Amino acid sequence: MTASAVTMEQVAPVAAPAKRQRFRFVANKKAAAGLLILAIYGILAVIGPWITPYDPGARGDDLVQPPSAEHWMGTTHLGQDVFSQLLEGTRSVMFVGFFAGIVATVLSVIIGVTAGYVGGKTDEVLSALSNVFLVIPALPLIIIITSTLDNAEDWLIALVIGLTSWSWNARVLRAQTLSLRRRDFVEAARATGERTWRVITFELLPNLTAVIASGFVGTVIFAVLSEITLAFIGVTSATTWNWGTILFWAQGQQALAQNAWWWFVPAGLAIAVLGTALALVNFGIDEFVSPRLRSAGKTKIKTNTGRTVRMRIGFTPVIRKEPLP
Amino acid sequence: MKYFLQRVSFYLFTAWAAITLNFLIPRMIPGDPVQALVTKYQGQLSSQAIDSLYVLFGLNKDANLWEEYVSYWKQLLTGDLGLSFTFFPTPVSEIISSSLPWTLLLVGITTVISFLLGTGLGVLAGWRRGSWTDGLLPVTTFLSSVPYFWLGIIAIYLLTGPDSFFPSSGGFDAGLVPAFDQYFIPSAIQHSLLPALTILISSVSGWILSMRNMMVTVSSEDYITVAHAKGLSDRRVAMSYAARNALLPNVSGFALSLGFIVGGTLLVEIVFSYPGVGFQLFQALGASDYPLMQGIFLIITISVLVANLLADIAYLLLDPRTRKEG
Repeated sequence: MTASAVTMEQVAPVAAPAKRQRFRFVANKKAAAGLLILAIYGILAVIGPWITPYDPGARGDDLVQPPSAEHWMGTTHLGQDVFSQLLEGTRSVMFVGFFAGIVATVLSVIIGVTAGYVGGKTDEVLSALSNVFLVIPALPLIIIITSTLDNAEDWLIALVIGLTSWSWNARVLRAQTLSLRRRDFVEAARATGERTWRVITFELLPNLTAVIASGFVGTVIFAVLSEITLAFIGVTSATTWNWGTILFWAQGQQALAQNAWWWFVPAGLAIAVLGTALALVNFGIDEFVSPRLRSAGKTKIKTNTGRTVRMRIGFTPVIRKEPLP
Repeated sequence: MKYFLQRVSFYLFTAWAAITLNFLIPRMIPGDPVQALVTKYQGQLSSQAIDSLYVLFGLNKDANLWEEYVSYWKQLLTGDLGLSFTFFPTPVSEIISSSLPWTLLLVGITTVISFLLGTGLGVLAGWRRGSWTDGLLPVTTFLSSVPYFWLGIIAIYLLTGPDSFFPSSGGFDAGLVPAFDQYFIPSAIQHSLLPALTILISSVSGWILSMRNMMVTVSSEDYITVAHAKGLSDRRVAMSYAARNALLPNVSGFALSLGFIVGGTLLVEIVFSYPGVGFQLFQALGASDYPLMQGIFLIITISVLVANLLADIAYLLLDPRTRKEG
């Protein structure tokens, strides 16, 4: 009885048509925080090289100095300003991350969706291809390939990373496409005579947006870590700055033995914060698609009778008005 | 059985693809990076070693690609991976076989521990959603975003020193000879603690997260409700019903992400100067030692394939559906 009364009350005031919330995604706190941090990194990537207080490569007289008013993050063994190196390096890191992300995402969409939608022999070949790339350890492969390139530029490194890291997303997309392919709306579109490319771009892709976005974010994290790793182990040229280059010099010049924590802590934190921001965006996407994954808030509740009850998923709480017998 | 054979044939195919890739990569290099090295060691290389290098790197202009490919396979099957430049004139296969056990033990054991620990915590976090366990997520997210090697650097900075229990580098005390005796084993364990801890901290969070998400998804299934309705204890429902089913995707995820994990753990070896293949790879990179690099890539790939096969067997035992005949 009470249930029907509640529904009546709720239904009545909805007279105006509900507005479509365009930015509902941003309402998720995790996603909003992640996007905010990403925006700050994005701005720094653009203006970073212009606002550096010093030339990142220029030598100075203060060697291995701790942070001070002049050098916010201290100096290196050559008296270079660590803060300037960090700012200068942001551009390269963001560029490689996003460029590789785009390359891998485009590849994975083409391969994954085609495999899932077309099926048959095409599917078998494409699935085998992506499984092979999935199982071969990506980082050693990237190291081997880039080590054969002389003084590779950022875009070339990004291309290598992108071309070797698409397989996971392709696999996920294929599975999702398979489940969408037999849905009624896709069947209907096919029955009305829409061409294959139109079914894929207008019926399937919009429904795959969340999966694609989450795959993109994951690849960006991987690409950033890979680029920094390459620079850290000295595979890529040490003349352009990125955060891995800073760590490379810090490691090579025994920053640890000199207690020069300011030399390697900022770069690592910058990576970790960027990674966290991207992971938060990914959580946001996951929770947006599957609301069950959201943190549940408070689940231990004191009832009227004074007992504590733990709420569980799949259970509907009922408030009993009549006293217990 | 059919499932098992399918997997084995897939791994054989992948191994073939990796070897072929390894054959092709040096041939796609513009110019002849190895030529310089051959010239450099001209006086010291035996003619047989030069022949072997020609085959490995396609410097042999007389043979066509197919003939080169055949002789490359012949060489691989006899275990000849060429000579290392860094440790001249030691064969690559010898260097790898001396460093591989270190990596297998360190990475193998820590990866399994990390998987078990992460899965256990994930079960807890997924089942008791909304309790303190939700606080695990942001912390572990941050830790997993940190590159493995940077965490290693920080660990060395904070935890090692002249008076510390933890050694900062190497795989055993300098004065010891590798052997299975009461001096060497404790020293080796002591040296591996810090690298293992580093790998554990940065890899455990992925398992926690995926297991939590699977638990959340599974715990709204009907059979969970039925199990509750039957009056089974909460613990039994969580373990035998929810976790048992949530485990399956996590195990197949384990197999697939091994490649990523191994890549990261190699770097920990570099930071700690641990005598495994990762550290060898680092030294090979510094010296442009292409034969050693190629050999290490091959051996890492094959190890990952074998580990994948083991994970598949575990899956076979866990999921009765794969055992169905036909």
